[in-house]
Amino acid sequence: MPFALTPEREREFADILSRYPNKMAATIPVLHLCQEQNGWISDDVIAFVAQRLEVSTAHVQGVVTFYTLFNQKPVGKHTIWVCRTLSCALRGADDVLRHCEKRLGIHEGETTKDGKITLKTAECLAACGQAPMMQVDKTFHENLTLAEVDRILDNLRKS
Amino acid sequence: MIKRTNLISRTYDLPNGYSLAAYESVGGYKSARKALAMSRDQVVAEVRAANIRGRGGAGFPCGVKWGFMPKNSNKPHYLIVNADEGEPGTFKDRTIMEKNPHLVIEGCIIGCYGIGAHAAYIYVRDELHLSKERLWQAIHEARKAGYLGQKPLGFDYPVEVYVHTGAGAYICGEETSLLNSLEGRRGEPRLKPPFPAQVGAFGCPSTVNNLETIAAVPLVFELGGDHFSQLSELHYLKDGGTRLFGVSGHVKNPGIFECAVGLTLRELVYDLGGGPPPGTKVLGVIPGGSSCPILRPEDVVHAPDSSSPLHPWHGKPAFDVPMGVDTYRALGTMLGTCCAIVLSDKADPVLAFHNLMRFYRHESCGQCTPCREGTGWIERILDKLIAGEATMADVDLLHEIASNIMGNTICAFGEGAAMPVLGFVQKFRPELEAYVKSKGKSGTGRLAL
Ligand SMILES: Cc1cc2nc3c(=O)[nH]c(=O)nc-3n(C[C@H](O)[C@H](O)[C@H](O)COP(=O)(O)O)c2cc1C
Ligand code: FES
Repeated sequence: MPFALTPEREREFADILSRYPNKMAATIPVLHLCQEQNGWISDDVIAFVAQRLEVSTAHVQGVVTFYTLFNQKPVGKHTIWVCRTLSCALRGADDVLRHCEKRLGIHEGETTKDGKITLKTAECLAACGQAPMMQVDKTFHENLTLAEVDRILDNLRKS
Repeated sequence: MIKRTNLISRTYDLPNGYSLAAYESVGGYKSARKALAMSRDQVVAEVRAANIRGRGGAGFPCGVKWGFMPKNSNKPHYLIVNADEGEPGTFKDRTIMEKNPHLVIEGCIIGCYGIGAHAAYIYVRDELHLSKERLWQAIHEARKAGYLGQKPLGFDYPVEVYVHTGAGAYICGEETSLLNSLEGRRGEPRLKPPFPAQVGAFGCPSTVNNLETIAAVPLVFELGGDHFSQLSELHYLKDGGTRLFGVSGHVKNPGIFECAVGLTLRELVYDLGGGPPPGTKVLGVIPGGSSCPILRPEDVVHAPDSSSPLHPWHGKPAFDVPMGVDTYRALGTMLGTCCAIVLSDKADPVLAFHNLMRFYRHESCGQCTPCREGTGWIERILDKLIAGEATMADVDLLHEIASNIMGNTICAFGEGAAMPVLGFVQKFRPELEAYVKSKGKSGTGRLAL
């Protein structure tokens, strides 16, 4: 089925377009808007964005494949990103990642069988002074202990 | 010398310090009123006198950059604020966006006026959701109060500010890559020239400044450019004012501290950062984000030439040199983003080196062959080293590959990846060679304590 935005997101779409001197500039914000609704960037989403912004599907595809935050396939309901860059690694990021893998029974890059949680790693997320840290959906969890990680995972499972 | 200041961070500890009310309670938006009553040339002159060295990493003087903008073009001009904050170890701009966003908006108003722009785009990496929210909230508040829009603060000079988001690519912090990303394209760096001041966003003259650079601008008009500059111990080197210093890694008290320029690395690591955890010693410090070559506690300044900016510290420990753009360049490293990463002797430097090189391989945009292939090659050599399969020749090869990336790429990502390689090979050669001899068994095998 062709992709369409909800009426509320249509209003946001119009607001986004009003910020730029041309339509192409809205490509990234509009892709975020679509992904928020659809969970990932399907071919239908690409066709929608191309048509509405009057750019080629090749252009949109090129953008989607360049940026790591656009999901090129479906992901879990929640996504966890464990930062693994140096400041976090110095304060136990490896232990946090391994703990998540063990508790969720999946490896980095995979999604739990119930489709609830996708586990990813991230490069430095600008929280180095509060390391180790992980991002869950839109929230940063900082100064993590393994007990804190357990609490976060339990809450996610329940949600 | 430690001189704590409370200018950028003035609202950080206030309740709802990010609100317009809090910002105005400490004098907010008075600077924009002052600046908009001046001529455009006067504004640029004041910023020039303040000696704000770009806080994004390269340390270029802000006022000089603004002066590159054309005076009589018939195209729109744009101010682009770089809040991509992706350099590993760097976490300073985020504190401003979250805790003092109106300072940025006020800086944008003055900045737009100074460069002849009527629109500013703040490019925030997508992951910083709270930062984006706080900036948008500040924009809405400012618009409602009449500080943005057709007649900001009653002056006949329209200004709009927008937040634009990235989508997870470190390279988009590089200014020309950022411009492509802002235009809705893949974030691949552009060849320079033309420079952004001629052909920037949407083909129009543009100035790209780091978010902290823009946040310093209202302070310049509050104190006066010269007064702002004189806060710094390195005023005489045209490195002025006050800035955010960060410290992370193996210290007791990691965080962001606002101080006048002139702080030394020793003060940052030991006094503000609380020093290494009990039972450990400092092994090395990456002074300003991961691209800056590492300094070791035993490094001594060699600057017998009296014309060197380092001469006053000749024979003294490198850790005791004030952290400035020119002093650090002369030391053979860089000040970068002024956020230091501390490695204690419990951390394996070879693993730290490997961690950073994995980062650069992952983030290379792939446009230029030396960078795309070189970063992958370096990572594979370090994989081999850690697996105990490398030879002594491989250690030299690291140096050679890095040297061949330097200067052979479209953007400075190449240097940013190569310089830490040269630094690690120079400063940790015995450790690297011990890895070869012991077949990967000589290190602590850990990064965390
Ligand atoms: C690979 C690379 C990444 C960069 N990332 C950032 C960044 O995240 N934030 C930033 O402000 N500048 C970054 N820069 C520097 C910008 O290109 C540019 O110099 C800076 O935004 C100019 O602002 P300033 O003069 O106020 O420092 C980066 C540069 C390179 C080469
Ligand atoms: S290294 Fe993890 S947030 Fe910077």
